[in-house]
Amino acid sequence: MARALDGRQKLAFTLIGWVLALLIFFPILWTVLTSFKTEGEAIAIPPKFLAFDWTLENYVEVWERTDYLRHFRNSAIISLGSSLIGLCVAVPAAWAMAFSPTRHTRSVLMWMLSTKMLPAVGVLVPIYLLFKRFELLDTRTGLIIVLMLSNLPIMVWMLFTYFKEIPRDILEAARMDGASPAHELLHILAPMALPGIASTLLLNVILAWNESFWTLNLTAAGTGPLTAFIASFSAPEGLFYAKLSAASTLAIAPIVILGWLSQKQLVRGLTFGAVK
Amino acid sequence: MLSPAVLLLLAWMAIPLAMTLWYSFHDYQLLMPRGHGFLGFENYAYFLTDPGFLQSLGNTFALVMGVLVITVAAGIGLALLLDQPMYGRGIVRVLIISPFFVMPTVSALVWKNMFMNPVNGLFAWLARVFGTEAIDWLAQVPLLSLTLIVAWGWLPFATLILLTALQSLDSEQKEAAEMDGAGAFARFYHITLPHLARAITVVILIQTIFLLSLFAEIFVTTNGGPGTQSTNLAYLVYSQALLRFDVGSASAGGVVAVVFANILAIFLMRLVGKNLEA
Repeated sequence: MARALDGRQKLAFTLIGWVLALLIFFPILWTVLTSFKTEGEAIAIPPKFLAFDWTLENYVEVWERTDYLRHFRNSAIISLGSSLIGLCVAVPAAWAMAFSPTRHTRSVLMWMLSTKMLPAVGVLVPIYLLFKRFELLDTRTGLIIVLMLSNLPIMVWMLFTYFKEIPRDILEAARMDGASPAHELLHILAPMALPGIASTLLLNVILAWNESFWTLNLTAAGTGPLTAFIASFSAPEGLFYAKLSAASTLAIAPIVILGWLSQKQLVRGLTFGAVK
Repeated sequence: MLSPAVLLLLAWMAIPLAMTLWYSFHDYQLLMPRGHGFLGFENYAYFLTDPGFLQSLGNTFALVMGVLVITVAAGIGLALLLDQPMYGRGIVRVLIISPFFVMPTVSALVWKNMFMNPVNGLFAWLARVFGTEAIDWLAQVPLLSLTLIVAWGWLPFATLILLTALQSLDSEQKEAAEMDGAGAFARFYHITLPHLARAITVVILIQTIFLLSLFAEIFVTTNGGPGTQSTNLAYLVYSQALLRFDVGSASAGGVVAVVFANILAIFLMRLVGKNLEA
């Protein structure tokens, strides 16, 4: 009796869950579907859901007529570059705070969190002028620097929460056994620290890929990453739904897939370790 | 080992902020290369009496509150649902969190053109199907439209965090309450909700940080318009600086934005702190 009820309940939850999930996912699904339509079918009323002539012409057009590849490369270089350089700075800092905490560690961490509260517009003017002065406007180098700095607090926090979980007894045990510092680092610490470092890298690549304040304000046509490239479709003359959809699909696909893989780490990273 | 990170962050904060402060007291127009005379509080007076300022302050507040209310309320609902047994829960979860990974310029343009366009949008078609007048979302109700677009992007975040918190809830406690005859609502109100309190404040804190500097969605949809109806503080400062080239008053605006954010931050940190002690 109870089992039958449970079964029926599970079916009901399944139904509600799938309906809501598809509704929430619908804008993405619709974008992908529209990217395979002709421009005429893309604005057809009533809308065509699946019964249309599937075509790849929008992708061909985006590929050939625009600089999609260059913007994609910019996005990849900027997000990977800022995350990797950020790691080089954040790993030692987080390591020091996790393994040799002082009485200031807590306040340093809180201060780092508070720098994220500083709204970007508060420093937009000087950053813009400094970039102009040092000819960093519209360069990948400039964006790598800015994105690295603005994500640094998140990286340090995230790494800190991972490093803190590495048991210190293991280190001591290894030392007792006469392990050399190099051996210690390579064979004991690295394997335990790597998953945390990898998750941090993943989350920061996602954040940097989608960052759209600095990437819109500090670039023009040439070196803009995909965020800026897509923004160029906002001009009225660029109002081609099918092409916009194809470009959008290409821009979000890699990061949405990467995002699916990083669900768990996402929670931890974005809540500064407060929710695990 | 700690110092490079601290020094970099300090430089990243202190130098530009000091420059913003300095500019805010001086006469500095990008297009007029004359001397930068000291102006006192003139830039502040100019920025604060700009007819767009009060509206942008109100809009900033409305956008943050609107998105927070929608995402927290719907997020709790979705998290509770995802915590139930169902077939294909993993896929449902993946579908629900996907919008979070869509870059703001894409989501804003997709919503603007394919859903909210008064002629070709799906909403217009739905309106016609149901026999009502199609509305021009971004022109007639720009703030509401932006709130919906942004809430769509942040709902997955709230859901995911609340779900994570929910899953750490001790099920024995709930079962014990059920044994004692507590109804579903009583169990939710007295056990689940207090357990979620900390996660909710964390969601509010983090979303507020990002929502205060909402920019790209406005930039590609309404450009702050019609008029200044959808201009928030971030967009107002941007338009002073890079559209009107008035560095002085934009900097004054930047300082105002920082002060505003700090007041909110202190309040929010207290809220979170209180929850951490509890």
